[in-house]
Amino acid sequence: MTLKLDSNPKFTEYANPDVLVSTQWLAENLNHDSIVIVESDEDVLLYEVGHIPGAVKIDWHTDLNDPVTRDYVSAEQFARLLSSKGISRDTTVIIYGDKSNWWASYALWVFKLFGHPDVRLLDGGRDKWIAEGREITKEKPSVSPSEYPVVTRDDSTLRAFRDDVLAHFGNPMIDVRSPEEYSGERLHMPAYPDEGAARGGHIPSAASVPWGKAVAEDGSFKSRAELEKVYLEGAGLKTGDNVIAYCRIGERSSHTWFALNYLLGFENVRNYDGSWTEWGSLVGVPIAKGSEPGIAPAPKR
Amino acid sequence: MPTESVSTLIRDFNDLEIQDRLSLLLEFSENLPELPKRYQDHPDLLERVEECQSPIYLFVEVNEQKVNLFFSAPPEAPTTRGFASILHSVIDGLSVKETLAVDDDFPAKIGLADAVSPLRMRGMRGMLARIKRQVSEKS
Repeated sequence: MTLKLDSNPKFTEYANPDVLVSTQWLAENLNHDSIVIVESDEDVLLYEVGHIPGAVKIDWHTDLNDPVTRDYVSAEQFARLLSSKGISRDTTVIIYGDKSNWWASYALWVFKLFGHPDVRLLDGGRDKWIAEGREITKEKPSVSPSEYPVVTRDDSTLRAFRDDVLAHFGNPMIDVRSPEEYSGERLHMPAYPDEGAARGGHIPSAASVPWGKAVAEDGSFKSRAELEKVYLEGAGLKTGDNVIAYCRIGERSSHTWFALNYLLGFENVRNYDGSWTEWGSLVGVPIAKGSEPGIAPAPKR
Repeated sequence: MPTESVSTLIRDFNDLEIQDRLSLLLEFSENLPELPKRYQDHPDLLERVEECQSPIYLFVEVNEQKVNLFFSAPPEAPTTRGFASILHSVIDGLSVKETLAVDDDFPAKIGLADAVSPLRMRGMRGMLARIKRQVSEKS
C-alpha cells in the first residue's frame, strides 16, 4: 500500500509540502506498514509517561550524540540504532516531540546528515496531538530489528563548523536564541541551565530571530506567508542566500533550519551545532554585544 | 523520618541496568507528593530552580529544627519531578544538621548520568544547593 502525502492546504504552500504531516493524517496512517513513528523529547522520560501508539523513542543525547567525543554518532552506531528501532532505509520516518518539536527537528536534522530519504515532522508535535485528545499509550511496541545500511555522515551540506562560520562572514546568519542571550546579558535561556560559555553576546552580523517566531500558538509551523514576513521582511533574507543558523547547542537552530530549508525553500542553509557553547568559548574569535547585529569582519578562508 | 537513606538510594540505583534506572526514576516521578493547598494558593512563596530545564518550584519549611520539602513541577516534566521526588525521599524529615550534611555530590553518585546525560543532572544539583541554602536561612 503506498503512502499518500498529506494534502493539508497549509502544507501545499510550502516549498516542500512532503516534510510535514498533520495530526489528522498521522491518526489515519498510524498502522501503515511503511512508517515508523519516532518520539524525540527534551525530557528523557516523557516518552515513558505516554506516547503515540506504536512510536519508538530516540533520545537526542543518549542516542544521537557520541558518549565521548562532542559529535554525532558514527555511521555504524547510527545504523545499529535505526536497526534496533525497526527502521530501514526506505521507511517513512515521522518524528514528533515536546517543545514544539525542537528535539524532533534536531533528530530529523541528524537523520538528514546520514541522508535518510524520507523523514517528516508531525506538525505541532506531541502537545498538539495530546491537546486534540488523541490516543496515547504507555505500551512500548515490539520491534523486529531491520537491516539498516552503514552510510557515511555528510557534514558538508547541512552542517557548519566554526571554520565555516569564519569563512561565512558577509553572508547572512540567524541567531535563534532569546534576546537576552543575543545581547550578552545572559549566557543561557532564561530559566535554563548554563551550559557553559566563557563570553556572552552573538556572532557579529547575525540577525536575531528567536526560534519561536516560526511557530503559531498551537505549536505548529506558521503559514508560508507568515514565515516570509519573519525571515524575508523581518530578517532581510533573500532568495538564494547562503545562511547559517545557530543557537546554544544546535537544537533550537535545527528548528529554524527546518523552516528555512523545507518550508521556505532556501537551498543553502546550514546549522552550526557548535553554536554559542563553542563560539562563546573560542579563543580569539570576534563577538558582538548588545541588541545590534554589529559589523561582519572580513571572512577568513 | 525520610523514606530512604542516601546510601540505600545510591545502592538501589547502581544495582540496576541503565534502562531500569530510568524506570525507577519514573516511579519516583509518579510518587512526588502533591503541593499542599497552603502553597498552591501562594505560588509567590516558592523559589524557582533555574538550573532545571523545566519549570520547578520548591519551598523549604523548618519547624523545630526539622526540615520539610515542597515541590511543584508539571507532569510534562517527569525527569525533573523524579529528581525532586528523590530529594524528597532522602531529605524530608531530616534535622537541619543532617540536611546540611547531605553529600553535595550525591546526585552524581546515583548512576543516572549515564541514563539521562550529565547535562540533565545539573538540575538535581541545583535543587540540592537551593534546599541547603533555604535551610541555612531559615534555621
